[in-house]
Amino acid sequence: MTVLSEEEVSRRIEELPIPEKIIGELKEELKGKKITEEKFKELEKRILEEYTKKIVDPCEAVGIVAAQSIGEPGTQMTMRTFHYAGVAEINVTLGLPRLIEILDARKTPSTPMMTIYLEEEYRKDREKAREIAWRIESTTVIDIASIKTDLTEMKIIIEMNEKKAKQRRITVEELFEKISSVTDEEVQLEGNTITISLGEPSYRKLLQLTEKIKNVNVKGIEEIRRVIIRKENDEYVLYTEGSALKKVLEVEGVDSRRTKTNNINEIAEILGIEAARNAIISEATETLEEQGLNVDIRHIMLVADIMTADGELKQIGRHGVAGEKTSVLSRAAFEETVNHLLEAAMRGEIDELVGVTENVIVGQPIKLGTGDVELVVRKEMVGGKQ
Amino acid sequence: MPIPLTPKRIESIKFGILSPREIRRMSVTKIITADTYDDDGFPIEMGLMDPRLGVIDPGLRCKTCGQKAGECPGHFGHIELAAPVIHVGYAKVIKKLLESTCRKCGRLNLREEEKKRFLEQIRTRKEMDLPYDDIINRVFKEAKKEKVCVHCGEEQKEIILEKPTTFYEGEHRLTPTDVRERLERIPDDDLEVIGMDPENARPEWMVLTVLPVPPVTMRPSITLESGQRSEDDLTHKLVDIIRINQRFQENREAGAPQLIIEDLWELLQYHVTTYLDNEVSGVPPARHRSGRPLKTLAQRLKGKEGRFRGSLSGKRVNFSARTVISPDPCLRISEVGVPLEVAKELTVPIYVTPRNIDECREYVRRGPDNHPGANYVKRPDGRRVKITENNKEELAEMLAPGWIVERQLKDGDIVLFNRQPSLHRMSIMAHEVRVLPYKTFRLNPTVCPPYNADFDGDEMNLHVPQTEEARAEARILMHIQENILSPRFGGPIIGGIHDYITGLYLLTRKNILFSEEETMELVRNLDLRALPDPCEIKNGRRYWSGKQIFSLTLPKELNLRYQAEICRGCEICKEENCEYDAFVVIKDGELICGTIDEKGIGAFKGKILDAIVKKFGSEVASKFLDDVTRLAIRSIMHFGFSFGIDDEDIPREARRQIADVIKKAEERVARLIEAYVNGELEPLPGRTIEETVELKIMQELAKARDMAGEIAGRYLGPDNSAVVMAVSGARGSMLNLTQMAACVGQQSVRGERINRGYHGRTLPHFKIGDLGARARGFVSRSYKDGLSPTEFFFHAIGGREGLVDTAVRTSQSGYLQRRLINALQDLEVKYDGTVRDARGTIVQFVYGEDGIDPARSDYGKSINVKEIVSEILGEGGDGK
Repeated sequence: MTVLSEEEVSRRIEELPIPEKIIGELKEELKGKKITEEKFKELEKRILEEYTKKIVDPCEAVGIVAAQSIGEPGTQMTMRTFHYAGVAEINVTLGLPRLIEILDARKTPSTPMMTIYLEEEYRKDREKAREIAWRIESTTVIDIASIKTDLTEMKIIIEMNEKKAKQRRITVEELFEKISSVTDEEVQLEGNTITISLGEPSYRKLLQLTEKIKNVNVKGIEEIRRVIIRKENDEYVLYTEGSALKKVLEVEGVDSRRTKTNNINEIAEILGIEAARNAIISEATETLEEQGLNVDIRHIMLVADIMTADGELKQIGRHGVAGEKTSVLSRAAFEETVNHLLEAAMRGEIDELVGVTENVIVGQPIKLGTGDVELVVRKEMVGGKQ
Repeated sequence: MPIPLTPKRIESIKFGILSPREIRRMSVTKIITADTYDDDGFPIEMGLMDPRLGVIDPGLRCKTCGQKAGECPGHFGHIELAAPVIHVGYAKVIKKLLESTCRKCGRLNLREEEKKRFLEQIRTRKEMDLPYDDIINRVFKEAKKEKVCVHCGEEQKEIILEKPTTFYEGEHRLTPTDVRERLERIPDDDLEVIGMDPENARPEWMVLTVLPVPPVTMRPSITLESGQRSEDDLTHKLVDIIRINQRFQENREAGAPQLIIEDLWELLQYHVTTYLDNEVSGVPPARHRSGRPLKTLAQRLKGKEGRFRGSLSGKRVNFSARTVISPDPCLRISEVGVPLEVAKELTVPIYVTPRNIDECREYVRRGPDNHPGANYVKRPDGRRVKITENNKEELAEMLAPGWIVERQLKDGDIVLFNRQPSLHRMSIMAHEVRVLPYKTFRLNPTVCPPYNADFDGDEMNLHVPQTEEARAEARILMHIQENILSPRFGGPIIGGIHDYITGLYLLTRKNILFSEEETMELVRNLDLRALPDPCEIKNGRRYWSGKQIFSLTLPKELNLRYQAEICRGCEICKEENCEYDAFVVIKDGELICGTIDEKGIGAFKGKILDAIVKKFGSEVASKFLDDVTRLAIRSIMHFGFSFGIDDEDIPREARRQIADVIKKAEERVARLIEAYVNGELEPLPGRTIEETVELKIMQELAKARDMAGEIAGRYLGPDNSAVVMAVSGARGSMLNLTQMAACVGQQSVRGERINRGYHGRTLPHFKIGDLGARARGFVSRSYKDGLSPTEFFFHAIGGREGLVDTAVRTSQSGYLQRRLINALQDLEVKYDGTVRDARGTIVQFVYGEDGIDPARSDYGKSINVKEIVSEILGEGGDGK
């Protein structure tokens, strides 16, 4: 009995017509084990047998199954918009509203959030992590200074809080520069105090300017309102309220490979459509899992694939997948019936009756599952003559 | 009539705008009078009810096609409009067309090369089956930009559309006639660039000169009891149009002043507009005499009950029944109990052949009143004859091959059973019929989870497949046993619920011994040949353990190890030696240790069930379910199981402890509030002080309730019915029990304590600004104790939120489901393994990246490599 060499085994495993994942598992399982030709053949046969038993049937209506598998548990989900996910300090939309948000491919989620991982030299040190956090978190004037308005002199007096500013590594000069850049009025620097004097007296202008100054971004990324540092498995991770993937990735010390956002559109724009697909899958899976619902990942993949198949993020609904169908009848039966019909008439469109809805409408068998099998009895076979 | 072997298919449907010529050509008559019927009740010729337009009264024949009512599809007529009117739906398009074409030469205001470029882009998009709306919008935008015609040099003026249908060119008003003339001038070649198909939709056809009159069959009038005729909304609207049309014509012929003509023209436009769409913004809807807005063409098509969604996508059927459902554990899981009365009404067509003619004769001879009888026979010429007491013998004699007998439903027939909302495919499954007395459909409670059914008054539908193909598909694809595994997660969705779980839990818990009589009683419904060896013999009497009895239902080759639902999650699992008997080991179909509970046999979680379906197939699984449920029922009846209010009784000592816990918690809350008021509280990172104190109070009170529950649970003991149910996963939870016996706990709205109501307080019973536990919705009593008036009110607030939540959720998730289905319905796995949509675009190259069917997978995993390897290489692997 010849014992196969390890290379031989791994080569032959790779040749098997099975998914990569099983190949990997099989290799892992057979590592260091001596296996004879006979046993390997037996193993090969069993694996292929088991695998083919579980493969999908051709003509299976996988789309409908996927839609049902995601839609049905929707009834069991909570509506509670706000919940705490892992980080108690940050509110995140969860449950049904979040699922709807993902499938709607909204431009911005209702609670944008980022999870920022740090590079090797920063992730172990709390101080260094803190430093990056300050660089990311948006600091507005009101965060580090007190603002007073002098109505008699028509002046705005901004007094910088030295302690707070130092903590965030902001100097008076920087603050002065930022404030000067947003207003045309005369700005003066004196010690830690910045004074803006209005050229012409106007209460309205004064108050408006005060409001504007309050929210001027001095440091950090404007979109990111809050950063929270947490220790997770031996490393410091930043969680943010608000999302700006591009700007965050540019920050030094941020691990661009693991950092993620829950804004799928942003991912599509910056990292590409494949990344967006993966983001849809992981976000949807997480949302469902958090609710304790078990949905096979293949269903979610299919939804993510149809949303991204054309190279751009498309919504599940009238402005996306459903609205871009070729069939007039199918679109008319979904939403905006009259408009679709009028347009189709103008364009002289032709409905080829290939989809499900169209064929239901005209009363023909649909081309899915058993309806897609084209088997016909041969005429000469009818009548029982062998 | 010979039936073709391959049914004909409609290949495609082409859309277009009707041209005036076509409208006239397809019209059978011109309609000129607004009157419908004369004094004798006969339709007036060339009126809206002209007999040539089709028939609706039974018995009459159509004057055009000679067919009877029901056969004649109806025929169109037409109205010649005295002056052209704009079609509302196209007003916006007309505006764009006017803007982008020259007011003099009518050509598209783009240079030839530009036009060519756009045309090419559109053609490639069309070829690729992609939407090209954006290109057309660009064409319009580009063409509009040119202020002077690039072809003839004419200066272009601004076109204003005053909604809905009035056009102005600068100050000057454009009449529909002007508009039509301009549209006529647009050459065919330019239309393709604008996305129009000149063959089927010339732009001038968007301005109506002739109006088609729909056949009477689509606007039937109804005769009221008083003999008065009530006309359809469309007829009413058409009457209006004809009247104004006539007046307009008369006035113009009489040479009326321009002002009156214009007014009438506008009126005609109004009536045609509302005839097409009665919900155009800016136009007052045309109303019925009663004030109800008329339902005109667009309204008929639109919306949920409209033609598309209501009548075309949703169809009505015969051979169906609906009634209340009730449970019957004596049925097999794949059966459905059908009331005799229903079975007598529903029929299955049987084709008479020389081989079954005697059987068919028997059915006919039994007639409609003698249960497995027949209701109708269908003769080869297609005539259906009702079987009556008088003609049944005669018909039975006449029966010959080629006839069809409509036999009544009988035991063993396959039927489809459905409960709405049909959210997934397991909402419609095929069952075998069992005809039973009484008036409800009966089903085995194990199939409740897939239907999401209970018996509090639920109704379900039943359909009888009428062809051999349908029955075959029902049996092979939709049968209950083929749907034990859900494609959603690859686990069982059918399984034990409620008493089945309790029964098996009681049976397999501890080591209870059963005497021979008891054992026989338990297994009497199982199909057994012999009992196994007894596990104990005492005083010459043989005893069997509960685990042994349960093992009788298991297949012999089953091996399984898992942690049961009752597992307490100890840090180190002692496996076989678990002191709670929570580790289940099944070896060669023998339950060695562990207690059977929800995780073994329940729907969604049942490990044993899951292993059986995957290893032995659906037939064995369905048999196993039948057996195990029967055993469970016997078992629960053997032990007896009840739950009443005295099961929530807890000793005085426990009540004292609970009261103590709550009192202490309230004190701690009071201290927290004091600290907050004095400003001594440190805020949590990222929270305000207010949020911090709320959070801490909530934590404190939640802890108190949990402790109260724990005390109650301790005193109730593991044999308490409610505890048994909660622990085994049969029904309810420890939280429910806590609320019943110990303390209901904090009521909340939007995840916060109740803080709305009056200024600074929830109810006038409290002081303003009181943040204490009781003032903000903490219910310290249990349901059994009864709630105080304020507590009751807070509880109602919390309860209401739950109800609103459910109502909102159902509508939202329903819409999400509709959208998902619509987006994904055309996807299919092709023979090459790719997933494609209706137009053949590849969405996935391999389904799910590995081509595995989730319904056949093991909770998402394709194959268990480890198991196969160790099975083939022997335990522990050889070599080494």
